[in-house]
Amino acid sequence: MDTRKEKFPYGIPGHNLSEIEREIPIEEPPVWPINDKLKIIGKRVTRIDALDKVIGKAKYTSDIKLPGMLYAKFLRSNVPHAVITSIDISKAKSLTGVHAIHLIENTQKEGEENKNGKYPIVKYVGQPLGGIAAESLEIAKDAIALIKVNYEKKSFVIDIDTAMEIGAPIVFDEPITQQQDGGDVGETHDGSKGKGNVRGPSTSSFFGGPRGDLVKGFEEADVVVERTYRTQVHTHMPLETHGVVVDWNSDVMMVYASTQNTNAVRNEMASIFNLPKSKVRVFCDFMGGGFGAKHSSGSFGPMAANLAKKTGRPIWLMLDRQEEHLSEGNRPNSIQYLKIGAKKNGTLTGIQQRSHGTAGVALGAGVGRIAQILYTCPNFATEQYDVLTNAGPGAAWRAPGNVQGAFGLEQAIDELAEKLNMDPLTYRDKIDKSEVRKVERRRGAKLFDWSRRQPAGSGKGVVKKGLGVGQSTWPRFVTLDSSVEVKIHNDGGVEIRSSVQDIGTGTKTILAQVVAEELGLEVKDITVNIGDTFFPVGPGSGGSVVTGSITPPARNATYEAKKALLKLVAKKWETDSSELFIENGQIGSKKDASLKMPFKGATKLMRTSQISKIASRSDDYGGFQQPWGLAYGDLGSVQFAEVSVNTDTGFVKVDKIVAVHSCGRPLNIGQLESQINGGVIQGVSYALYENRVMDNGTGHMMNANVDQYKVPFSMEIPEIETLVVEEYSALSSTDAYGIGEPANIATAAAIANAVYNAIGVRLYEIPITPASILKALGKVS
Amino acid sequence: MNKFSWYEAKSVEDALQQVNSTVSEQLYKHTDKASIFKSGGVDVFDWVKEGLLKPQKIINIRNIPGLDKIDYDRKKGMSIGSNVTLAEIASNPEIKTNYLALHQAVNHAATPQLRNMSTLGGNIAQRNRCWYFRSGDHDCFRKEGDRCFARHSETGENENHAIIDNGSCVSVHASSISTALMAFNASVVILNSEGEKKKVAMDDFFVTAAKDIAMENILQAKEIITEIILPAPSKNTKSAYIKQVARESYDWSLGDVAVVLEVSGNATCRSASIVLGAAAPVPYRSMEAQQALENKTINSENALAAAEAAMTIARPLAKNGYKVPLFVATIKQAILEIS
Repeated sequence: MDTRKEKFPYGIPGHNLSEIEREIPIEEPPVWPINDKLKIIGKRVTRIDALDKVIGKAKYTSDIKLPGMLYAKFLRSNVPHAVITSIDISKAKSLTGVHAIHLIENTQKEGEENKNGKYPIVKYVGQPLGGIAAESLEIAKDAIALIKVNYEKKSFVIDIDTAMEIGAPIVFDEPITQQQDGGDVGETHDGSKGKGNVRGPSTSSFFGGPRGDLVKGFEEADVVVERTYRTQVHTHMPLETHGVVVDWNSDVMMVYASTQNTNAVRNEMASIFNLPKSKVRVFCDFMGGGFGAKHSSGSFGPMAANLAKKTGRPIWLMLDRQEEHLSEGNRPNSIQYLKIGAKKNGTLTGIQQRSHGTAGVALGAGVGRIAQILYTCPNFATEQYDVLTNAGPGAAWRAPGNVQGAFGLEQAIDELAEKLNMDPLTYRDKIDKSEVRKVERRRGAKLFDWSRRQPAGSGKGVVKKGLGVGQSTWPRFVTLDSSVEVKIHNDGGVEIRSSVQDIGTGTKTILAQVVAEELGLEVKDITVNIGDTFFPVGPGSGGSVVTGSITPPARNATYEAKKALLKLVAKKWETDSSELFIENGQIGSKKDASLKMPFKGATKLMRTSQISKIASRSDDYGGFQQPWGLAYGDLGSVQFAEVSVNTDTGFVKVDKIVAVHSCGRPLNIGQLESQINGGVIQGVSYALYENRVMDNGTGHMMNANVDQYKVPFSMEIPEIETLVVEEYSALSSTDAYGIGEPANIATAAAIANAVYNAIGVRLYEIPITPASILKALGKVS
Repeated sequence: MNKFSWYEAKSVEDALQQVNSTVSEQLYKHTDKASIFKSGGVDVFDWVKEGLLKPQKIINIRNIPGLDKIDYDRKKGMSIGSNVTLAEIASNPEIKTNYLALHQAVNHAATPQLRNMSTLGGNIAQRNRCWYFRSGDHDCFRKEGDRCFARHSETGENENHAIIDNGSCVSVHASSISTALMAFNASVVILNSEGEKKKVAMDDFFVTAAKDIAMENILQAKEIITEIILPAPSKNTKSAYIKQVARESYDWSLGDVAVVLEVSGNATCRSASIVLGAAAPVPYRSMEAQQALENKTINSENALAAAEAAMTIARPLAKNGYKVPLFVATIKQAILEIS
């Protein structure tokens, strides 16, 4: 491979910015300077689709209306554990307006008797059993109510503590495996180990397994913190529910999906219906939120396609809010035992972690890698167990595992700091080797005015103020299978295409920025056509991978297209294309200032209608930590929380959050702030409000709505100040990464530490409610 | 939601001719030919959308002329028509001046959007928010079932539920405005299809679960609320209202308190009206707190004593013990806001 050497900016401006020489593939574009010297990158560029979203012109999946379309509704179980003996659809079938009924049945191998029965065993309330397509949603709902399912009920278990007891009803009596979806991002789970409801343990991650000697580590410790933390089940609550519109009237199956991963949905549908990938086309133009739960075609994709096949008509199948809560994912709960030892000088000597969590009928309740990697400690071991229960399946949820893990770890570190008589920030300076988090701590402490923090519980009066801090790390994941096509049309138009979808964070806008910066044009000059699997495959919107995976090929493809265009101009000017550049929409020459041609004029020199270049994500300059795309560095953050706790009523109000983050080269400050705000708000909600309430007697979720499932509204949202620290690592042609997951990791831990600082009593469980505060203060008998 | 016919009532008499049932009757025992009232529609349509209420006919009483007036007379007091919206009450200056606790209660009810839709009559007649009562999969006492799921000592999810009078149904009444109305000794004026009008004190308007499990108030099928009347305050009347909620933006009460006191010059409480919301299945007048405060100086010590007296009869369930200290703090604070 031909390479060349170039000097790249390296480090953190205002702290340690320097240069580093990298050997890069010859075809890659020249280095970008730091953002200060760029025109569009790193600026507050308004979302290119902001107006369409605000005026309602943006079409989301549920807005798709096709000629002849039918509406579908799921039949779902209303018991938590049962064998289905029969399903009577006769009444539903004869209802006027009903076109098709599709029941989910066990697949039967030819010549074999179906030992599992005709229908899958019901394992939770809300499990999909079948679906109906009708002329209206109302008719479909009425028809569902006419179906009679006969159950042979089995004993069930809902809460994690009971499920772990000997003699508890067994949810699965066999080893289970679970296909990882793109949202898992390396979350550990192992359903083949263990028996009964407790599966695992997972003891390693891609950062390795246990290290050192814990016994020795704790022997060396002068101070030990040993605690058990508990977190709740948290559902995703995207404003747009899961769902699809499937049109299968032509040779190609068209799937309009509310998805974080058009490519995964395409691949799943092709596999399920035994179609070549070229015969499935998945679209996602606008996304109403996913938070990790929308990486798959779920059961709604195949259901809609089956109904489309049966009726020969397009099928609209969007879930309602209750279905969304019951069956479309949640952040598993956790019971985390943590033991951390340190020497008098603060040096960590041992971290031991053991966790249990339930993802209902699914796996994936680990608590992430944060205890393994955030701080330097020679001796470490973790055991992470999945506990199966008769409840809806968990799914990846914005930084899977790590949000739970941070809640435990960052409180334990806080407690350790206090035992060591050290300020929590000073202590982290000692044990955290990350340079960027050091800068984040300093800049954040100044913005937040950390120096006003008082000893825990020292405030006077009924309402006590508290300040706390929490940190996070998140790996820089890169999806190598990320490609874009850049087209320069002969009318001067520029287009970028990829199957990558904009989950709502502004992917379309950053792509336009990258292309515009490279071409010396304006953002408005670029057309972004993404979210369509007929275009080159892009990454799924999970793991904060999108920016780091798709912007380098976007820039590289643009650079290739630019070179091709400049060659045509060079030919006309009888000069060398390497001397030409594009700035402010004009092509110029470094050697002869009199040579000028508008970009649009240059495109008229093209022999064909377009110049088209496809580029894919190349390896990081200097390689990866792991060859599959684990980049060097991390996406660290430090968040500060200020709370007020009413010690008479137990109410906690988060007054302020200062969130200091890094994501390599920031591409669009406004969009990053917006994403951090979202992560913080969800973190506040996780700490204080949201909680799936299950009735253990009947197996039903009692608050499967937006009334009693408490997401925060305007008055619950604190003042949020964000600070994005630029950090250059010279790893790709954009050197940019995402920020989705890290924005959500540290908030709950920072709030819990602030609550402790306010009242002098530590809460080991979230959500923190008036009931838990009053109990902690000894006011409830 | 089932299909139903719609009737636009032109007068109260017209409406009373059309109606044949109530939401409560229908929730307890469904019939096929129910004609029910709807005013703001906020609560009624919640039930219809959940499929728990399937009326054949909905009679819209929202546009009946004459039920949307607010009248204040210094001697007679305040009359609020049953179709007056919460938003209109919230912005009425005479209510703010003379019935501060009511003003505060209305301003803390629901959201601005819902206050624009909700009417006072509908608000006091709405059904409770117990999640078992509102679930189609749980046939509880109030839906002709054989148990109270919330009350179950091991599996009941009862953190929002009653700590007083929780012997059968443990739900709490959803109208936090009623807490304030009862503290002001308001009355409900009810007209029936025979043309008879009766004036019922708020204390008698609500029906305890022990008395009739199907009902939360005395309204019968052929009756309609026309107005709510509040007696005129004296120059010594002072009031305060506090509602505790998980979310300030919008939430159901975890515990709310309305205090209306007659205060003499030296900050002595001459008479006290203290009502607790979200404590019992209906708004609960705390005789214990009232007696403890009467003829006492309003100060921190006496306020606390009254608050604690109110809670002597509390019998919390497995998950709502926190409501006791919450009420103690809230009652005390409400009393002290008056001093």
